[in-house]
Amino acid sequence: MSWLAVTDPLFNHGVDFAVIVIVIVKCLAGLGLLMTSVIVMIWFERKVISDMQSRIGPQRWGPFGLLQTLADGLKLILKEDLIPSEADRTIFMLAPFLVLVPAIITFGLVPIGGEMTIAGHRVLLQVANPPMGILLLLAMSGISVYGVMLAGWSSGSKYPLLSSVRASAQMISYEAALGMTIVTVVLVTGSLSVHNIVTSQSHGVWHWNLIRLGVVPFVVFVIAITAELNRPPFDVVEAESELVGGFHTEYSSFRFAIFFLAEYMNTITMSAIIVTLFLGGPAGWAPDVAHLKWLFPIAWFLVKTIGFAFCYVWFRASLPRFRYDQVMDLGWKRLIPLSLGWMLIVAGFLVAKGWGFMMGAVVLVSYSVLTRAFSLGQTREVGPDSVLPIVGERPLPGDVLREMTDEESD
Amino acid sequence: MGALDFFAGFKLTFQHLSRPTVTTSYPKSKRPKQPRQHGRHVLNRYEDGMEKCIGCELCAGVCPVNCIYVRGLDNPPDHPVSPGERYGYIYEINYLRCIHCDLCVEACPTQAITESKMFEFSFTNRADAIYTKAELLVDDQGFPQRLPWEDWREGEAAMTGGWMRATSPNGAAAYEGVVQWTADLGAGVRAAEAGQSGVRDDEATGSKQIRNIFPKHLEPEDVPLQFRGLPGKLNEIRAKVRRRKREDKS
Repeated sequence: MSWLAVTDPLFNHGVDFAVIVIVIVKCLAGLGLLMTSVIVMIWFERKVISDMQSRIGPQRWGPFGLLQTLADGLKLILKEDLIPSEADRTIFMLAPFLVLVPAIITFGLVPIGGEMTIAGHRVLLQVANPPMGILLLLAMSGISVYGVMLAGWSSGSKYPLLSSVRASAQMISYEAALGMTIVTVVLVTGSLSVHNIVTSQSHGVWHWNLIRLGVVPFVVFVIAITAELNRPPFDVVEAESELVGGFHTEYSSFRFAIFFLAEYMNTITMSAIIVTLFLGGPAGWAPDVAHLKWLFPIAWFLVKTIGFAFCYVWFRASLPRFRYDQVMDLGWKRLIPLSLGWMLIVAGFLVAKGWGFMMGAVVLVSYSVLTRAFSLGQTREVGPDSVLPIVGERPLPGDVLREMTDEESD
Repeated sequence: MGALDFFAGFKLTFQHLSRPTVTTSYPKSKRPKQPRQHGRHVLNRYEDGMEKCIGCELCAGVCPVNCIYVRGLDNPPDHPVSPGERYGYIYEINYLRCIHCDLCVEACPTQAITESKMFEFSFTNRADAIYTKAELLVDDQGFPQRLPWEDWREGEAAMTGGWMRATSPNGAAAYEGVVQWTADLGAGVRAAEAGQSGVRDDEATGSKQIRNIFPKHLEPEDVPLQFRGLPGKLNEIRAKVRRRKREDKS
């Protein structure tokens, strides 16, 4: 078990009964915290957004409507669980869990506080701290794309299918920008472990990655992660005015509840990830008192995370939905070049100053080339005389359609 | 400015956090009613308890949906019901038909029929939808009867027949505030609705709550001058003092 001890001091002295108990308790506590925070987050979002729209919001269940989410969940569970006859049953039933499980696992990577000492064991306030932690984050967000895609595909219905196509395209294109900003973080930290990323920022505000990397990766990351979450203004996946309900149109009852749960879990987790990667996680001022010393980092972490959760709600209240081509434009033409260029510059400066400036020059030149290319592409006329062929064909002509429908009616 | 314009939307939504809500938690509380809200009818009485209805059937005649059924009868000489020759012997309104157009109120020569501001009443069969005279007539204190299937709230019974008290209908300011109606049991002679001369007795006409609520939601430049900024605050205080004085007198 010595390889475990590399990243988690809990396993320094081997694994005994107490360690196992601590691990189990940590898992349960993490899950409990996530579930409660989901309930609170849904309430928080509804309440804040209604305040921003001069409405009251949920208010019937519990004080200030706090139990509204529980009531909604109960209602969903008691509803009939429908599976469309056209659906691919196995995949249809599997898909919600492909979204839920990555959401839970990702939260396990987030350090909620500093360290505690329980029964002589040094315990990280983090469910798990695998050596390749941040890669696991990317892997999980990759898997949750499968959940969304399979949900839409297996529904056997056209709107969910369209939605899932959009979802996979959107999530994959923003994953590139996301990955490259994470690489800049990993470059300055020199470690993939989430705990190390946090501790490397713990020496004060000036060491936070937000400032250490320049603000650009942070901004790119926030935008990319909002797109990754399919939250407004990037919610083309669930665009109610276009796609009914999005990829989960055919889902009902508990399966729908799982999608809903996972969506909000991801919102919380991603707020926490932003805080972890760029704002020093639990780092912050703490008094030198025995018990407050571990309590304060948790409070700092919560404050920062809630701040970001508020920002997400704020985005939703303020910004109109992007058109689908705008989403793709922003992802491919803006964020990916920006994050790639910034990553090169950061890498250059980490080697030597000269390399940094050289990289900066290279990036500037390539940006101007790109801008020129994009502006040429924008004014390109698509027609019979153009060099590039038209992509795709017109929809099926009437005769073919009629044939198809005639066949069906037989 | 271009870059800052992008954040203007964020600023607006953030400002809305501190603004009061427009909606109310409905069954618990209701929004204030407009002074001329049309609700369920009431049959009024004079201050001596006599019924105002004289059974002339003008309301039934003018009703565009034929929802009113009236039969008049000669007043019994030893115990008259109304001060006139005849009284409304039968008075029924079918609320499955009524469109609350208030034409009956306009037609009534004695202001016998007016409308309260209560519109939430429900019934489970057709017979219940027909209100009889026993249900429409105000009680001995002059208030509309609060029937068990109706949802009465504060202020809904207070200002019946609001539009009737709008004087100077042709715009001649000389008629503003001229009372042309008889006194009601309980309430006495009701106040005229405020005209455009700027002298408002909002409280007497039932429009106070509405005036208090709406300016808060307006953009600064849309708020009427008397509610704007520091002078607005002063006006509020002045109105409060005036109200106190009135209350002390009465």
